[in-house]
Amino acid sequence: MTMLTAFCTIAAVGILLIILTYIALQGVTSLSVAFLIDSPKPVGEGGGIGNAILGSLVLLLLASGIGLPVGIAIGIYLSEFGAGKFGSMVRFVTDTLTGIPSIVTGVFVYTIVVIPLRHFSALAGGIALAMIMIPIVARTTEEMIKLVPHSLREGALALGAPQWRVTMGVVVPAAASGIATGAMLAIARVSGETAPLLFTAFGSRFFSYYLDEPIASLTVQIYNYAISPYDEWHAQAWAATLVLMTLILSINIAVRFVTRKKF
Amino acid sequence: MTGNSEDPDDKLKFVGLWARLLNAFSPTGNPGDAMFRGLLFTAALLSLLIVVGMIVALAGQSMLSIRQFGFSFITGTDWNPVKGQFGALPFIYGTIVSSLIAILISVPLSLGIAIFLVEQAPTYLARPLGFLVELLAAIPSVVYGLWGIFVLAPFLRVHVEPPLQSWFGWLPFFQGPITGIGLLTGGVILAIMVTPIISAIVRDVLTAVPSSQREAALALGATKWETTRVVLVNGAPGIAGAVILGLGRALGETMAVTMVIGNRPQISLSLFAPSYTIASVIANEFTEATEDIYLSALVELGLILFFVTFVVNAIARLLVWNVTRKTGGVGRAA
Repeated sequence: MTMLTAFCTIAAVGILLIILTYIALQGVTSLSVAFLIDSPKPVGEGGGIGNAILGSLVLLLLASGIGLPVGIAIGIYLSEFGAGKFGSMVRFVTDTLTGIPSIVTGVFVYTIVVIPLRHFSALAGGIALAMIMIPIVARTTEEMIKLVPHSLREGALALGAPQWRVTMGVVVPAAASGIATGAMLAIARVSGETAPLLFTAFGSRFFSYYLDEPIASLTVQIYNYAISPYDEWHAQAWAATLVLMTLILSINIAVRFVTRKKF
Repeated sequence: MTGNSEDPDDKLKFVGLWARLLNAFSPTGNPGDAMFRGLLFTAALLSLLIVVGMIVALAGQSMLSIRQFGFSFITGTDWNPVKGQFGALPFIYGTIVSSLIAILISVPLSLGIAIFLVEQAPTYLARPLGFLVELLAAIPSVVYGLWGIFVLAPFLRVHVEPPLQSWFGWLPFFQGPITGIGLLTGGVILAIMVTPIISAIVRDVLTAVPSSQREAALALGATKWETTRVVLVNGAPGIAGAVILGLGRALGETMAVTMVIGNRPQISLSLFAPSYTIASVIANEFTEATEDIYLSALVELGLILFFVTFVVNAIARLLVWNVTRKTGGVGRAA
């Protein structure tokens, strides 16, 4: 029996290693400095993913700017005041929100942002990604704050501090590293999202950082190149994937390394 | 005016009202506390508003399509936007079948992984292996799609589908031309994607089963495998929750499936035939939908997907919560 279960584990780990090795081998062949800073060009003329890297950074900054404060605030609410009925309702809804397909989030943001503004925009893309971040950040924040020992709270309250000083001055700083890891994991998660960007940020073949215009992103660029009929673009898709995976894996491994001793 | 006598009263009333308002938010009566709690409450309220907003916005946008097609939208088999035919059954079929294939493959695999990591492997192996399995969940959907197009689909076309056809070709599921692009490939890629999710939750569930159960079984002379069976029975509701959660994820997965399933709105018994899912058709056709009714039909598909995944997730969460909360385990899985 142990043989069988061990085989299952080895199969899963094997698939992971096969995928990662394949990405590394395929991606490294088209990777160059020019590829990282150029904007896309027609087939046969090279071109790069510089605009997509910039676009992804803009989208992630925007999403973090909206999603992190709201998510962390919900997490603090749940851990400090979330004992009642309203708290469990919010907890249930955030949990369920993590399971809503990201493409549905895309459709939702299309109806509330793109239709009123009448065009695709980086803003819409950022809002869609933020909406995916919020429930993830909220739940990890809550779990992390719950790990803070109760004696810390009691000590601060006994010194006469009002509750908000206790929470913001003592409890949250004590859980800060855990909250930060949750935030990093949420950023890693949304940096790989494609579906919600297709009809919000849309994509672009030019450098842009304007929030009210369509903007490129690594993931949408990978998708467009992957389904194109050109070998050159396929090679570029693999190289762009290598860049994206390097970002995501380094966040995941760094988080693992930092939290290994603590939790 | 008799203001002299009324002013202090008014002031008192106002102060009383303000105090009550403050107290509603903070029993300690500190104004900072009230503001703090109000701010956090607003954020928490926002999460409810997002869900309510989703329902209202999606339902509002799909009204046109709901009014025009009614129930025939779900039962119609023809999807031809040019002719104004919008029948969603092929997408519903493709979504359900690809997800079922994914569940059939990933559930035994995930159970094996979870049992190995929790019950059998020593800690120094279980921790790094568990991390590696969880890393599978960190790979983005679009990357799975890219790998699916160029590696998995050719592999299945050459090494898996022909033997399946020669052994089981008498079944309608394994007939027809072999292209490597179709329901089976979509299902397999989904299976790889949901395995880390299901196995992570099953691990939590198994960890939450009290050790006294294992000790009791061992004390009664049960073998290691019989003990594991006792643990599995104990965690059964949680495991069911994990499977349903994986199903919910598979139903809504978009990019990877879109890239390998073939994107043809047809209902075919053959698993080798190209198909289409709800999420894929939204991803592919949303920006092309120039007519109001076309867009409305696509939003209605989104609404259907929202309701199905919401209900599936709600059921799963309740099952998993019941197991991991009762025994005091910390829910690690997101």
